[in-house]
Amino acid sequence: MWELIQSNKRKTMILFIAMGIALILLGYFVGSYFFPGGGVFGVILALFIWFILSMVSYTAGSSILLSVSSAREVTPDVHQQLFNLVEEMRIASNLPKTPKVYIINDAAPNAFATGIKPENSAITVTAGLLSKLNRDELQGVVAHEMSHIANRDILVMTFAGIMLGSIVLISEVFLKGLWFSGGSSARYRSKSSSDSGQAQMIIMVVAIVFAILAPIAAQLLYFAISRRREYLADANGARLTRYPEGLASALEKISSTDLDLKSANKVTAPMFIINPLKKKGMKLSDLTSTHPPTSERIKILRSMAGGVNYINYQNAFNMIKGKNSVLLPAAALSDQTKIDIRKASSDLEPASNIKEKRTLGDLMMTINKYAFIVCACGLKMKVPPDYKEKSITCPRCGRKNEIPLGDISTISKVAQSANI
Amino acid sequence: MAALIIILVIIVVVILMFVSMYNSLIRLRNQVKNAWSQIDVQLKRRHDLIPNLIETVKGYMTHERETLQNITNARSQAMNATGVKERAQAEGELSGAMSKFFLVVENYPDLKANQNFLALQEELTSTENKISFSRQNYNDQVLFYNNKIQVFPTNIMAGMFNFKEETFFQVEDKSDREVPKVSFS
Repeated sequence: MWELIQSNKRKTMILFIAMGIALILLGYFVGSYFFPGGGVFGVILALFIWFILSMVSYTAGSSILLSVSSAREVTPDVHQQLFNLVEEMRIASNLPKTPKVYIINDAAPNAFATGIKPENSAITVTAGLLSKLNRDELQGVVAHEMSHIANRDILVMTFAGIMLGSIVLISEVFLKGLWFSGGSSARYRSKSSSDSGQAQMIIMVVAIVFAILAPIAAQLLYFAISRRREYLADANGARLTRYPEGLASALEKISSTDLDLKSANKVTAPMFIINPLKKKGMKLSDLTSTHPPTSERIKILRSMAGGVNYINYQNAFNMIKGKNSVLLPAAALSDQTKIDIRKASSDLEPASNIKEKRTLGDLMMTINKYAFIVCACGLKMKVPPDYKEKSITCPRCGRKNEIPLGDISTISKVAQSANI
Repeated sequence: MAALIIILVIIVVVILMFVSMYNSLIRLRNQVKNAWSQIDVQLKRRHDLIPNLIETVKGYMTHERETLQNITNARSQAMNATGVKERAQAEGELSGAMSKFFLVVENYPDLKANQNFLALQEELTSTENKISFSRQNYNDQVLFYNNKIQVFPTNIMAGMFNFKEETFFQVEDKSDREVPKVSFS
């Protein structure tokens, strides 16, 4: 695990340095374009923009992302099983502190992890995910997200995103400014001698070319980092749970949905376990997507034979991809310990459609703090939190049911009684 | 004078090396202890859950007195066991008794409709998982620590300050390595 993080750090460092150089060069050329010798000023400005964006994401990044996605922090009584799974995976990945748990009240199944440091990280899932997946599948998803936290993927992706953002911002402002002003350096050119005018002309062309190319190159680099880390989290998730089928089957269910995740947008999309913006049937090119094709991820997980160690994932990866690319670092692959795949712990037969919709409805109401009251005739009534009366009349049998004080749900009461 | 400085620098470097080796050994030993305490927490949790489980199911499972008695016996044995090896064995037996119980539960549809039982079942399944994950983590930490004690140059340090190898938490029965099959349908 440790070696994996170390080697990951080194490779990511190289990509970071490449992006950093692109940012500095862009600043230099844009600065020189506006006035001769202004390159240094341009670099300082570029780094300043980068610094401000970094500070904002470092201090408030996760809370901004969570509130933009309308995720809400929940207590164990909403879904005890999810909390159990998060704790299980926390133990398996040997993290010091259990991440917080957030739920998005949306029927589209998906999940993501946030938190620059493992100590204050959070795992977010949608209500749809909880109602669609069985225990093993949910465990696979939680393991994938926990791997992102343990591998410091969120830190890396946040800072890669900031560099990309700075580059895109500077080039866009520059190119737009150029369009409207029609080239502000013309003034300088008329005043200077013909020699420096020619030099200025070259810088102008280089600046424009760079402003067009740098964002594209940075974007491709960013996508490359992102895709690699998705594979790594899959490999790690399979190793943590010792059950690749759980994650594979979860990915299948998540990708087969027709529902849209309403709160997802272009900025938050790369965080999710499966890109929520990708429409069904649309085929994104390999180079320009943040996630590897889901069908491929599923195939790799399902062809892991003979164990769940990193080497088995690498072998499956090579087999499906049909080429010998090195996905995992040598240190991880040298671990030849055979880790057996465990048996399924829960039935894999899917829950019936009606039952699934009912659990989803109940869950969403629990999150919204509805009270559940079961009448003596067997009817389950769902009382909204702003209901003021002391009792409620059953619409089926006409009995009067008192509303117990502080009652949130019968589900939560059962779960609490099990917490000795 | 120059020779003296060089000798002093070498001495300081050697001392610093020894300090960092000693500290890394201490850190690893603490990690082993910490991993052990995590198993301990989960084992205790299982011991606490069992009386509740027996209380919930005994009304339904009047014909399974033997299975329930086995769990109770295994539990009290596990609670009284001391030392890593003896404990691993006793807890292994308890895991075996529990997985037999969950197999038998399949024959009682009434029980599987009981909300209270379902919540307990989830808790027990999760605790079983946590036990196996924390055991895995403990063994990993023991492996790191034992390796460090055996390799040069830390083995000198370990010998001087009496760092002893730790025992792995191994379960004898092979079937116990797997999580008991529990149905959630």
